[in-house]
Amino acid sequence: MGNPMRIRAKLDGEVVDAKVLMNHAMETGQRKDASGALVPAHYITKVIASCNGKTVLEADWGPSVSKNPLLGFRFRGAAAGDTLSVTWTDSMNDTRTDEAVIG
Amino acid sequence: MIARHRTRAIAGLAFAALTAASSIVLAQPEDDPVAEYRAMMGDDNPAEFWVMRGEALWSEPRGPASVSLEQCDLGMGPGVVKGAYAHLPRYFADAGQVMDLETRLLHCMVTLQGIPRKEALKQRFGDGARESDFEALAAFVAEESRGQVLDVPLDNPAMEKAYALGKEMFFYRAGTHDFSCATCHGQTGMRIRLQQLPNISEAEGARAAYSGWPAYRVSQGEVRTMQWRLQDCFRQQRLPQLDFGSQASIALTTYIAHNANGAVMDAPGMKR
Repeated sequence: MGNPMRIRAKLDGEVVDAKVLMNHAMETGQRKDASGALVPAHYITKVIASCNGKTVLEADWGPSVSKNPLLGFRFRGAAAGDTLSVTWTDSMNDTRTDEAVIG
Repeated sequence: MIARHRTRAIAGLAFAALTAASSIVLAQPEDDPVAEYRAMMGDDNPAEFWVMRGEALWSEPRGPASVSLEQCDLGMGPGVVKGAYAHLPRYFADAGQVMDLETRLLHCMVTLQGIPRKEALKQRFGDGARESDFEALAAFVAEESRGQVLDVPLDNPAMEKAYALGKEMFFYRAGTHDFSCATCHGQTGMRIRLQQLPNISEAEGARAAYSGWPAYRVSQGEVRTMQWRLQDCFRQQRLPQLDFGSQASIALTTYIAHNANGAVMDAPGMKR
């Protein structure tokens, strides 16, 4: 169970502007610690955002995405008060889902 | 979209942020990629995660005494966090010395929670999986002073002494490179590499520099405190190690903070 995300979703006309700040180490597996040992890879591999039962974004991520990444995207077809749900799954099969009400 | 050369300047940290950038108007000047990056991130600062952790740490009973920090006096009375950071460093009669935020937190950990000083200092800076309580607590306390006007008066002899010592250190050239703080931070409108370095000996530069610390350092993925900033400046100058919470570190912080008086606090900020 990962750490909570911060999700903001705002309706701008017909388009929802969504910003998702994720709390994740995003270790590439290339970095060494102070003793010279490799820090094991640990990064988000999949991000899925859904609204009203429909997937509005699906992304395959890899080790090149930054630590604590911010993901921004826009989509149509939602109204104020709807719930946006975002789920990530990482390379250690950990997963986390958070929701936000579209304002 | 962002020009290639600037994308490279923040390579490896910004993929996800860049995907968000296309819809944002970049109002910052062309020659300040860090400001541009900050504008792209908008209100989203990963330092929030440190603030959340710091808030939980503040009220959690810890140490041999199993008490929280809620009785810690940051200068506004025991347990008062709101606005406290906008009045630090200050003289604390109970400790008989001037203290900055991190030193005061250390003082509270030792005197209230009974954590041995050495143990408390072990993780004074975070490193990946090993998180620093100082960085989380400092982020939380700073957040509680966001929007407040910095007011650090030299209202007693100890503060005057700290300021004078800090000023002397700021201009004191030493080490293999014959550097002083002023070498990089004593001129206005100059830069080193891509960094536009603030002139900390003047109000405007000091305000710009001080009001955003503690800060999320994008290049490190960690929130860093002013104590971290200063010890790293010492390392860059090839000076002897600046000890965490030392009189020297507090004096320098006092010098910068007093110069920055009138700044609107905006910490935790986001830095390169």
